[in-house]
Amino acid sequence: MKILVPVKRVLDYNVKPRVKADGSGIDLANVKMSMNPFDEIAVEEAIRLREKGVATEIVVVSIGEQKAQDTLRTALAMGADRAILIVSEDRVEPLGVAKLLKAIADEEQPGLIILGKQAIDDDNNQTGQMLGALTGWGQGTFASALEVSGDTIKVTREIDGGSETVDLKLPAIVTTDLRLNEPRYASLPNIMKAKSKPLAQKTAADYGVDIAPRITTLKVEEPAKRSAGIKVADVDELIGKLKALGVVA
Amino acid sequence: MKTLVWVEHDGTVVKDATLSAVTAAGKLGEVHLLVAGAGVGAVADAAARIAGVGKVHVADDAAFGHALAENIAPLVAALMGHHDAFVVPSTSTGKNIAPRVAALLDVMQISDILSVESADTFTRPIYAGNAIATVQSKDAKLVLTVRGTAFAKAETEGGSGVIEAVGSTGDKGVSTFLSSEIAKSERPELTSAKIIVSGGRALQNSENFHTIIEPLADKLGAGVGASRAAVDAGYVPNDYQVGQTGKIVAPEVYIAVGISGAIQHLAGMKDSKVIIAINKDEDAPIFQVADFGLVGDLFKIVPELTGKL
Repeated sequence: MKILVPVKRVLDYNVKPRVKADGSGIDLANVKMSMNPFDEIAVEEAIRLREKGVATEIVVVSIGEQKAQDTLRTALAMGADRAILIVSEDRVEPLGVAKLLKAIADEEQPGLIILGKQAIDDDNNQTGQMLGALTGWGQGTFASALEVSGDTIKVTREIDGGSETVDLKLPAIVTTDLRLNEPRYASLPNIMKAKSKPLAQKTAADYGVDIAPRITTLKVEEPAKRSAGIKVADVDELIGKLKALGVVA
Repeated sequence: MKTLVWVEHDGTVVKDATLSAVTAAGKLGEVHLLVAGAGVGAVADAAARIAGVGKVHVADDAAFGHALAENIAPLVAALMGHHDAFVVPSTSTGKNIAPRVAALLDVMQISDILSVESADTFTRPIYAGNAIATVQSKDAKLVLTVRGTAFAKAETEGGSGVIEAVGSTGDKGVSTFLSSEIAKSERPELTSAKIIVSGGRALQNSENFHTIIEPLADKLGAGVGASRAAVDAGYVPNDYQVGQTGKIVAPEVYIAVGISGAIQHLAGMKDSKVIIAINKDEDAPIFQVADFGLVGDLFKIVPELTGKL
């Protein structure tokens, strides 16, 4: 079976985001960008499924500016087979991404689409579920484990009170949570090999998809700052503070 | 505007997260609730008593038994013909269902709203809450998920909503619930606890969570949380995780024990009223958000604190 894995280029998770002075957004000039951590987990899971003999081909897709090629090359270096970049200089909303992925899925006919549960920049957590609606496929979101057997997939999901396991008919959508796996680092020989793996460039118009945004960002600001705290010397002083707050008698 | 609010429940009671969504919906217009599940008569009755509720739509069918999104979303999409906004608590169930509804309606979703600025404008956190975006929707229908900590809970009594049965849209046949592992605890749920004691990787093992963290939590009547590192290492189950992609909490008091304070953990707790940090590294980032910090060995400090309370 073919697996489709969308990946997004985002601000590296270790970098503290800085709000631009003009309130238009986050300053992304000259900062480290990386593959969304949940998408790395998705790519890793697809590779493991191929290593188990469940998958035969892994196609990675990204929607973004030209630099998103770097993210796709990283996925290819990890072990994906081929990549598609849908070039868009403007940000594409989850609904637009889902529609583009649906169009690609119609062409590629994957048995599984594995997405990160959310991108750590927008924190939307929508695309996988929207793609589920557009395809009519089952969705196993926030997956911490999955098992393909025949024409179904069992997905264990992390939920508020613990976990639950669902059985979905294939083809299906899975979104990854933190503990699904630990992604591999691409080795240097694999990074070199990735340079010659196929990377196709397309546009949204090629797929006949309207990606005009529905939401306007009016402004972006820093949250209210907490006032600086103090250090207490010992447990007795801490208890004194807790008493003064009325937390303890 | 007519809003339709998703009722989060466990088959018997209405969960607290619903009450914050009701408050948010009330700022937009008329509040209708949707109770979906199998055998949910008691939940519907409780929902109808929530203050400010106009109507309670009840969809009672085996197909809705475990809130499978594939079956629930078409049900909601059909109801949205008569409503303008689908307002959903930002729980794991809500997050699973709402975007599927949005795509069926061909509208965008606005996730995790912190405030209602007007009928089409909201604020929401981005970049792990390091920035707040004010966003405006052009869509004809709204789909919103509501951050529970940002809205006061509606009163559970005083309402007299009218209960109305809704026909089932059936089982779409693509998904089946197999099993679940839900922890049963006497402790308060993290998202509604007034006090939380949270442990990090410095606890070293799950036994220490039982001997160090839990006694303190018990003394304070607190919920118990953890950092991602502690969960990944297997010290506690995943539902303890507080953070950007785990639970978002804002208790009266958050006590962070042996937690360094990574960006992603702060995202889940920095709106707590009072933050107390206990860590042996005086440069740990957690001290930058803590109101009271105690530098030292948690294995000495926490038992001493528990003993003296």
